[in-house]
Amino acid sequence: MERFSLDAAHLLAGGMVLVSFMMLYQNRILGLLNVFAAHAVVLSLSVAWQAYVQAAPHLFVTAAIALILKAIIIPVALHHMVLRLGVHRDIETVGGIGPTMLMGMGLVALSMVVMLPAAAEADPIAREDLALALSVILLGLLMMVTRQNAISQVVGFMSLENGLVLAATGARGMPLVVEISVAFSVLVAFIVIGVFLFRIRERFDTIDTQALDDFREGRE
Amino acid sequence: MPIAAALLSVAGLAGVAVVAPILVARRKAWATSIVYGASFVLAAVLLLCGLSALLGGSAFQGSVQLPIGLPWIGAHFVLDPLSAAFLIIVDFGAMIASFYAIGYGAHEEEPGRVLPFYPAFLAGMNLVVLSADAFGFLVAWEFMSLSSWALVMAHHHDPENRRAGYVYLLMASFGTLMLLLAFGLLAGPNGDYAFSAIRSFEHIPWISGLVLVLMLLGAGSKAGLAPLHVWLPLAHPAAPSHVSALMSGVMTKVAVYAFIRVVFDLAGEPAWWWAVTVLTLGAGSAVLGVLHAVLQRDLKRLLAYSTVENVGIVFIGLGLALAFKTNDMAGAAALAVTASIFHAFNHSLFKSLLFFGAGNVLTGSGERDIEKLGGLVHRMPETAYLFLGGCLAISALPPLNGFVSEWLILQAILLSPDLPQWALRFLVPASGAMLALAAALAAACFVRAFGITFLSRPRSPAAETAQEASRWQIRAMYALMALCLVAGVFPGPFLDALSPVSQSLVGGAMPKQPILPHFSIIPISESRSSYSGFLVFFFILMASWAAIRVIHNFASRAVRRAPPWDCGFPDPSPATQYTADSFAQPIRRVFGPLAFRAKIDQTMPLPGDMTPARLTLSLRDLVWEFIYAPLEGAVLYAAERLNILQFLTIRSYLSLVFAALVLLLVLVATWA
Repeated sequence: MERFSLDAAHLLAGGMVLVSFMMLYQNRILGLLNVFAAHAVVLSLSVAWQAYVQAAPHLFVTAAIALILKAIIIPVALHHMVLRLGVHRDIETVGGIGPTMLMGMGLVALSMVVMLPAAAEADPIAREDLALALSVILLGLLMMVTRQNAISQVVGFMSLENGLVLAATGARGMPLVVEISVAFSVLVAFIVIGVFLFRIRERFDTIDTQALDDFREGRE
Repeated sequence: MPIAAALLSVAGLAGVAVVAPILVARRKAWATSIVYGASFVLAAVLLLCGLSALLGGSAFQGSVQLPIGLPWIGAHFVLDPLSAAFLIIVDFGAMIASFYAIGYGAHEEEPGRVLPFYPAFLAGMNLVVLSADAFGFLVAWEFMSLSSWALVMAHHHDPENRRAGYVYLLMASFGTLMLLLAFGLLAGPNGDYAFSAIRSFEHIPWISGLVLVLMLLGAGSKAGLAPLHVWLPLAHPAAPSHVSALMSGVMTKVAVYAFIRVVFDLAGEPAWWWAVTVLTLGAGSAVLGVLHAVLQRDLKRLLAYSTVENVGIVFIGLGLALAFKTNDMAGAAALAVTASIFHAFNHSLFKSLLFFGAGNVLTGSGERDIEKLGGLVHRMPETAYLFLGGCLAISALPPLNGFVSEWLILQAILLSPDLPQWALRFLVPASGAMLALAAALAAACFVRAFGITFLSRPRSPAAETAQEASRWQIRAMYALMALCLVAGVFPGPFLDALSPVSQSLVGGAMPKQPILPHFSIIPISESRSSYSGFLVFFFILMASWAAIRVIHNFASRAVRRAPPWDCGFPDPSPATQYTADSFAQPIRRVFGPLAFRAKIDQTMPLPGDMTPARLTLSLRDLVWEFIYAPLEGAVLYAAERLNILQFLTIRSYLSLVFAALVLLLVLVATWA
């Protein structure tokens, strides 16, 4: 049972890394949103498994929040937003898929190298979870860096946050209050970003962040 | 309990600072007198606290802890012999300056820019001396710096003053940063910032050494130790004169206090190379400061440079004390440290006196350039004679106080052959030679300052119509002059009063000064050397009286026939007189090429050409050129390069964050 719970936890956390990679090469926006929903589903499964293994019922609440908020509400809202903004046919081409994937693999390797010795004393589930969570965080950052479309950047940010939740649940004893407040802050961030997206769009007729810089003053 | 009274008075000063703007807004005429009067009274109370703690023994000393400041530290205050000694220096200067300012402040055009900050400045200096934990100390220190900066900026319409304020602010921030680092090192990993806790730690030698370097940078920059003195000759003259007197006479002493407190009291056992560093810097400051002072034309700037010199002398004494302390020569160390603190006290007296004189000249004639003054001895006789007294004291002439402290430092230097380290045995006499050189040059400098300003004929209409200063200003100067004379003629009690200080710092004290015979003082033992200011004073009086009698008898009654173009003044124009520049010329010739890279360009027109011949002299400030200019260049270059960072895209910023994160992770991975 011990062995099995460990393997299952690894499977789910590894699944998140895999889905992160899927997000990296998804260059159509609607496809990206679907993959993001899948990312959140895997996260909630992983958290639920942790809840079961650690016998910590409050983690089930976390899993439910992840499922409802990140796998359903946010993707659906983003979906509507994309349709209203009319950018669902846009295709992003930033860098090549190949180099991006290679960089992502490098990042995963790096996080393994960093975390495994650093958390050597922690129990195995937490240790490998931490390493995989760091990979997810770095992949989310990589996505924010490589994308130009504001919506893809928001998705990158959300997947980064998923990585944080994964790390937090892997390490035992994060209080529920913290988890709930983090979830709600993400929701608030999402709302603010949504409002901004429409404002940006209204002003500049685009949500390409590159275009914002063209309007900035003081450039040499 | 003096400490409670002292803290209440400091709170009172802060209260005056708060009330002052309201007073200025309501009743212009009375605000000045009220603020300075209140400052005078409160400083007098603080002075009494200091005196009682220093003279009254341990019954009047003590420490308190107040629940203000950081919650887990609190605010510690202490009144021990060292802080009492410096409390006296600070508050005597503050008291007299407040008294002087009652008269001087009437000339202030915008009292609202001076009155609120003046009591705050006093409060800051007092708090620095009284604090007994690093946090409170640094807060008070910064408070002192900022309020004095505001006072420097009081006359901000002059662009030169604005520049002075800017340089001062930069150097003050740098100094505070250094002090912060020093205290950080002293507090150790546990972070207990109370001085009593720091004192009880066992400090690692190299950390103590680092603390010494940081203190030299931090306290040294505030005290005006070369090469960190560059702000001082800019900022001290820019403030109103009573504040200049406080900054030069008192605030530099607060910095000396900080240095003594940390290096002698908190940082543990000194190593002998500490003495080398301190001696070198002190001797360098003394000579460099006075060389600059000799060449200045601005009276207040001249005095500010002379402050650099005197701080150098104080630090020579402190370096000696470190050298003796590290070799367990308690008696010699006590002599050096007592002489240093006594010189700090003396300097606060005569430098205030001289700045007050400069202030009188400024209010009387509106002129600071000595080349445009002259003949003021007729228009402002009392100021002139009091200024002369200050010049005698600062030139270390007996029987005044400057001589006593410098003589004591030289006596300590004479003990250096007993030191075991060869480096010190060579360095200490060398710094003694520098000290003697500085003293001689200071005498030349003040002969020049007094002679050009007060003697000869007026060189400008401003000097011709100068007015004597108000009674407040003159009386403040009389008080200082009297104390200069008393400390010079009867130095024994002053040295005795400092013995608990040296006892606490170096574990020894000077021999108890006997009152008889002839009020002499003995630095080490009676068989070695002694000095009686009283006898010297008596002989000077007798000799002067005799000389006056003789001259009067033989010369005054004799009939003199004088040609009409006598005494080298056939031309009545004052421009034919001896000038300040020509007075300084021989000294400039000797030291100019070395210290200032002096260059003289002569342009002689060809025969038949009617253009005038020209002699152009260029002096360069090497400290500024070789230390500060390259530093400024480097900062500007880096800022120019980094400016690009202001104009990146959002994605580039994200990429930077990302790259930094990955880089740090790689570092962790490779090091772990």
